[in-house]
This record gives sequence, structure tokens and C-alpha cells, in this order.
Amino acid sequence: MRELSLNILDVAQNSVSAGATRIEIDVLQDTAAHTLLIQIADNGRGMDEETVRRLPDPFYTTRTTRKVGMGVPLFKMAAEMTGGSFDIQSAVGAGTTVTAVFRTDSVDFTPLGDVESSVCALVTMNEQIDFVYTRRVDGREFVFASAEIREMLDGVPLNEPAVMTWLAEYLAEHAAAVAAPQK
Amino acid sequence: MKSVEELLAIKNKVKGQMSVRSENEEGNVRVLVGMATCGIAAGARPVLNALVEEVAKRGLNNIYIAQTGCIGVCQYEPIVEVLEPGKEKVTYCKMTPEKAVRVVTDHLVNGQPVAEYTIGAATK
Repeated sequence: MRELSLNILDVAQNSVSAGATRIEIDVLQDTAAHTLLIQIADNGRGMDEETVRRLPDPFYTTRTTRKVGMGVPLFKMAAEMTGGSFDIQSAVGAGTTVTAVFRTDSVDFTPLGDVESSVCALVTMNEQIDFVYTRRVDGREFVFASAEIREMLDGVPLNEPAVMTWLAEYLAEHAAAVAAPQK
Repeated sequence: MKSVEELLAIKNKVKGQMSVRSENEEGNVRVLVGMATCGIAAGARPVLNALVEEVAKRGLNNIYIAQTGCIGVCQYEPIVEVLEPGKEKVTYCKMTPEKAVRVVTDHLVNGQPVAEYTIGAATK
């Protein structure tokens, strides 16, 4: 993956497949400490211990169309390569939380990339799921809740192209304001 | 900054068209973008964005863009499938944002599938 934002898009798809009705995506950056924390937490069906244990194995997958499952292994590798950490907490019926911590000063740090584009894709392609996206850079924070937008749309689908275009710009502008150094 | 007022304006505009649209539901075209690990790694996200942007720009309101998983031919990702009612499914492979724009103009607008981008052409 060329950007961590693509890993986010990919790993969050697992939450979608797990039947989650609520998915929280946190991207928290501390520039002084050179750390970036990415957390994807869902209230989906969760996994048993054995499944969690086998998840980082690229040759483990529940799919039948192919024999490999690269999503989690790639994300884990990206974090550990930087000297960061990776963790999955899950229990059957209790959802799953995937947490990756990156050292941003490592030469092996993959650029974060366009997270908002990933969030936009997730939100608009999964109308039935409530997404809460939190982007924090040092003290500045932007929180987006898809439920509020859905309510405002009053029946107009989120995957309406005009809505998707608006949302993409809305997310990009607000996140950019958080990422920009304070004047 | 984009405001919620703009979103409300979009909502009202779309609401006005929706009653017209639901009357001929069978004319709706579904465009599916493969968004599993393979698709994402190969560049599905910019392809999806390009499709959305072009469809929005042209104001096409019978097109539904959705995502799908891995269909098992990862080497041909990013894959885009076009499903038109009463017609055979068209599978485009190794897509790029530029190709996506052409699929919208040639196939979705003018009804001419872009043969050279299809999986049939790629596997010859």
C-alpha cells in the first residue's frame, strides 16, 4: 500500500463485512512525540481468540475466492516497520478494535496520504453504517459523524454523486484546517 | 469551506428529481468498483473518485456507484463492473481514473462499451 489511508480503507472493510452498525476511525498525530495512532473500532460480530491469533498470517483468510488475506498483515507490517506497535482486541459479539501506532520519524514510515478520501468512500458506500471519524493533530481536532449528514439528507442517498462530491470537499477542507500549523 | 447549507441545497435539488426517477427504476445502471485489499492496493480509490466526479459533473441521475469485494482475479484490479438491466455485464479491468472517465462518457452516456478496457480484451 502506498499510503496508510489505503490500509485504513482496507481494514475498515473488514468491519463492514463483520456486520458493524458503527465504525469509529481515529487518526491521532502527535508531531512532538513523532507518533501517529490509527485506530479502527467496530461493533461488529467480533472474532474468537484463535481467529485473532491467526489474523496476521497472510495465508489465513475466511474467503473462498482466493487463498490469501493480506489486509491485516500489510497494516501490521507497516506499523512494526517503523518501530511502532500493532494490536487487535476482539471478542465474539463484542466488536473489534484494531490499533496501529507508527513512528513518523522512521525512514520506513509510509505517508498517511488522503484519509478523507478513504473516509468518504466508506461513508458513501455504506449508507447503513454510522461512521465517526476523528482526525487530531496535536491540539487540533476535527470530528465527523456520518449520522448527522444522513439525517440532514432526509432520505437522499449518501451515494448520490452530487452528495459524494460535496462530502469529499467538506472532509478535505476540514481535515486540512486541522493539519495546517496554527498561525 | 464547504457548508452544510450547500448540502441542504443539494438535498432539495435531488429530492425534486427523485420522484421522477423512481417512476422508471428499471432504467437504473449499477457500477461496481472492486474494493478489497487487491483492488485498493492496485488503485481502486482514485478510480472510484473519478467515476463519482464524472457522473456528478454530467448530472447523470440513473447511475448508482457501489463497491464490491474481490472477485478472484486480483491481477486485473482495479476492476469496474457495469450492470445495465437486460444487458450482459461488462467487466473493465486494470482501470485508471482516465479510463474511468472514458467509461462514463462512452459507455454510460453513449451506450458504447469500451471494448479495449474489458477483461475479454486483456486476457486475449
